Amino acid sequence: MSIAIGCALEPAIPFAFAHELIRQRKRDLVLIGPISDILFDQLIGAGCVARVEAAWVGNVSAGLGHCYRRALEQGIPRRIEVRDHSNFTIAQALLAGAIGAPYIPTKTLLGSDIPRANGTFKESVSPFDGSKELLIPAIAPDLAVIACQQADEDGNAQLVGPWGVSREAALAAKAVIVLAERIVARQVITGSPNLTMVPATKVVAVIEERFACHPSPLNHCYPRDHEFFHEYHRATRTQEGFDDWIREWVLDVPDRAAYVKKLAPRWAPLTPPTNQPFRPATPTTPRGDR
Amino acid sequence: MDVSAGELMVAQAAREIRDGEKVFVGMRLPLIAFVVAKRTHAPNAIGLFELGLMRDRPASELLYTMGDPPNVDGAIWCGPMIELMGMLQRGDVEAGFIGGAEIDKHGNLNTTAIGADRRHPAVALPGSGGGADIASLAHRLIVIMPHDRRRLREKVDFITSPGYGTGGDWRSRVGLPRGGPSVLITTLGVFRFQDGEAVLETYHPTTSADEVRANTGWDLKVAAEVRPTETPSAEVLAIIRGYDPQGFWTRRGE
Repeated sequence: MSIAIGCALEPAIPFAFAHELIRQRKRDLVLIGPISDILFDQLIGAGCVARVEAAWVGNVSAGLGHCYRRALEQGIPRRIEVRDHSNFTIAQALLAGAIGAPYIPTKTLLGSDIPRANGTFKESVSPFDGSKELLIPAIAPDLAVIACQQADEDGNAQLVGPWGVSREAALAAKAVIVLAERIVARQVITGSPNLTMVPATKVVAVIEERFACHPSPLNHCYPRDHEFFHEYHRATRTQEGFDDWIREWVLDVPDRAAYVKKLAPRWAPLTPPTNQPFRPATPTTPRGDR
Repeated sequence: MDVSAGELMVAQAAREIRDGEKVFVGMRLPLIAFVVAKRTHAPNAIGLFELGLMRDRPASELLYTMGDPPNVDGAIWCGPMIELMGMLQRGDVEAGFIGGAEIDKHGNLNTTAIGADRRHPAVALPGSGGGADIASLAHRLIVIMPHDRRRLREKVDFITSPGYGTGGDWRSRVGLPRGGPSVLITTLGVFRFQDGEAVLETYHPTTSADEVRANTGWDLKVAAEVRPTETPSAEVLAIIRGYDPQGFWTRRGE
């Protein structure tokens, strides 16, 4: 099964969903996304992944991804395949998927070794001006997972802040799962439909899950927990260290609520009085929906 | 004066930003270079961040990633990545910063894998991110990286981000529309590209042209008028240290 996840790049990464994948011991996943910070590293280390189609895999503020390194260099815990992309080519592949185009021609990566390593791109010549171009075939993930500030009960989802390739991924996917910090009234969404990143027609599940993106940030809701990323980096240098980490923060934690409870003593945004009540991120004037 | 290599590199990187330019800023040291440039000689520069942000003022606090909420607050535009990358492809972006694990004398960068076989590498590096796109499509590429004989190599194992290929008219032959590295800034010196090859222009005050040559993995060309790298002014140092007081990015030896 192919899953596009972490498509907003560094913010709004649905870690709660990835941790549940690990607890359910999912296997042979194909991960799609430009840069999902340490989410891809965790899924790889937990043995859930067969292939990564990505532009970058690592730990954005700390450096290399130790699990990604072990998998590629030593086949631990298993061998994985990598289909290299750049940010632009993964965006174009998902855009092609979103608009039903077979491919998109581009000028990026001409002369790079990425096209050869990827293996799915084709070099071509423009029928219009004879110039060289690279054809990026469409990607249509089985599933896109989106985290956002608010959605209604149907799954109409609004994300405030950078979208990265989230919209393209959601529109290209066969199905979408939405993790919302808050389920809000339908009128909140229909009052500002421009902000709706993905309409509910594709959404197969919408989950109200607070702090679903920790340690990545969710705009207007909570900041990035930089130290958590750096601690993960230090703790996972060895496979044993990773096993301990994943046991402590994922396998021995039944759900996100328990994770948040465990996190509370060490993360200031969870400590009163800074844990302010949720403020809707968008104008909430209801109109046209009575 | 106690100036770290990181601070020297930031000051030099800031000088590479011209007033009024649209610049792909990226991460780490260039983030701080953008702050310095904006507050000194380039008040009208525009910063682009590939996840979808455009800023005409630097973020109010130190960023660990371009997606941190302080980089979103105060942005003049927040759009999808495909549109930011589209601007790059159209030729709207004058300059962009990238780093690398390995570079060769023609400015080709490897951030993908060390070793002959990409599928079974000796070291798996994180990959391109947006780096290869910036290297392909920006008018000028500004490269910042640590200097080490193993990193500045005659030939890199994998060309993630194309520089001048094998030199000459390589970029136009492979179909790239423009661009190429204009400068390489390392922990030891500053290099300009002449006819598609890096030439040492300045060495940092802590080293010498000979030491830079000795730490470079190819037969390095040195400019006839080679000189020490300009030390940052007190004003520039104050900006750098005010923005990164703990030296998270400027004192980690890159």
